Amino acid sequence: MNQVNEQKIPKAPSKLKHYFTFILILLLLWGSAYQTDSTFSELIEGFPNMFSVLDQMIPPNWAYFDNIIEAMLDTIRMAVLGTTIGAIIAIPFAIFSASNMIKSTWVYYPVRFLLNLVRTIPELLLAAIFVAIFGLGPLPGIFALGIFSTGIIAKLTYEAIEGIDKGPLESMTAVGANKIQWIMFSVVPQVAAYYVSYVLYSFEINVRAAAILGLVGAGGIGEYYDRTLGFLEYDKVSTIIIFTLLVVLIIDYISTKLRENLL
Amino acid sequence: MIEFKNVSKVYPNGTQGLKNINIKIEKGEFVVIVGLSGAGKSTFLRSINRLHEITSGEITIDGKSITKAKGKDLRIARRNIGMIFQNFNLVKRSTVIRNVLSGRVGYHSTLRTVLGLFPKEDVNLALNALDRVNIVEKAYTRSDQLSGGQQQRVSIARALAQEAKIILADEPVASLDPLTTKQVMDDLQKINQDLGITTVVNLHFIDIARQYATRIIGLQAGEVVFDGPVEEATDERFSEIYGRPLETREEDEVEVGESANESSK
Repeated sequence: MNQVNEQKIPKAPSKLKHYFTFILILLLLWGSAYQTDSTFSELIEGFPNMFSVLDQMIPPNWAYFDNIIEAMLDTIRMAVLGTTIGAIIAIPFAIFSASNMIKSTWVYYPVRFLLNLVRTIPELLLAAIFVAIFGLGPLPGIFALGIFSTGIIAKLTYEAIEGIDKGPLESMTAVGANKIQWIMFSVVPQVAAYYVSYVLYSFEINVRAAAILGLVGAGGIGEYYDRTLGFLEYDKVSTIIIFTLLVVLIIDYISTKLRENLL
Repeated sequence: MIEFKNVSKVYPNGTQGLKNINIKIEKGEFVVIVGLSGAGKSTFLRSINRLHEITSGEITIDGKSITKAKGKDLRIARRNIGMIFQNFNLVKRSTVIRNVLSGRVGYHSTLRTVLGLFPKEDVNLALNALDRVNIVEKAYTRSDQLSGGQQQRVSIARALAQEAKIILADEPVASLDPLTTKQVMDDLQKINQDLGITTVVNLHFIDIARQYATRIIGLQAGEVVFDGPVEEATDERFSEIYGRPLETREEDEVEVGESANESSK
């Protein structure tokens, strides 16, 4: 009964591919470590330093809290402004990237390419460039965050636009709406919740990003990292880390809750 | 009056959508277009408000060519034609009243409509339209909370709010059950009779067509194969034309099964 005709059983696929993949990954790892001179001996040598730094970090210098509260607020303000700028610029970009809004590939491919380009530039690099242009302070940081979030929000929004129900688009055409009315009445109501959600998401990312922009002189709490690390004041560093962590966690939590309710 | 003059449509893949159609539809008629799947019913209907472009010939509405209309002229022509779709095509996330008011955008400036500042008369018009299809109590409900039949009545209200002179309905009852089918068709008939709005409906159920139409047009492979009053549209006549009788609503289940098979091929 359970005897299966030997000839009917297909040949089991060869496992060679799996072995080959495994060896390839090992080679890649070893090669990367070799080329970057990272060795286990170095890791072991540096290990005790970790404890000495940690030791100096505890207890945190709570008194330092008063000095950084203004910088932390600045960081959040930078994120708010940067996100807002990005959210506004992202709207036309999203519309011009969506293939169901603009029929011509000559329009949406170049716009998408531009968006991809923007997203490949790290925000720290953007900030450094803007610092060179506008000088030190939060302004270059805000611009950097604005451009950075344009990339994220526009990309996610245009994908949402491409996924909308096309029925209402057709009915708005049939009603005799012009292009702007057509977008406002059939596209906007369908993507508004997604868009707001992406703006909040980008705000979460921007708060984290804004916290380190100070390293290149673009304002915010990052400047204090630079300063305290430079003076080896690790107890102050840990205060900043804890404070940053707290702020990021709270903002993430609120934003996540809001986004859950939106969609 | 809608007039088709030598209208043909060939799809880019070579399929003949419409073949040399010459037809006049007078004001106030209730015309039902019948035919098998793929006979060109939808293409016929959508060429009237140019949701589909035709490849040759001309379509005029009250003497004005819609085929040649551009920009603002085309939008005004479309404004005067209400359209009802098989899938209702409402914005599900918007309220019922906003969906109905969207029929008014062609009458106002872009800025005004974008800001949602519809005049009081428009809101009254929209509410009256909803009242006419017996659904005014749902005005501020989100559209996705309505049943299929209710959503279709909202889309009829949208066409009414447009103050359309012509209503086109593309398989308006294909996704509805028999009871709501009757309600929706009754609404369309009532509007046609009370307001004298020329109504052109695509149906693939011949029994419903006979029940509501004043005139039936039969299409096959893009050609007009029957055009006449309901009395002439007998089963025998249609069996002769199509080689088999057209479906009736009672065969619904069978029909659904068949088309499911067809689409899986």
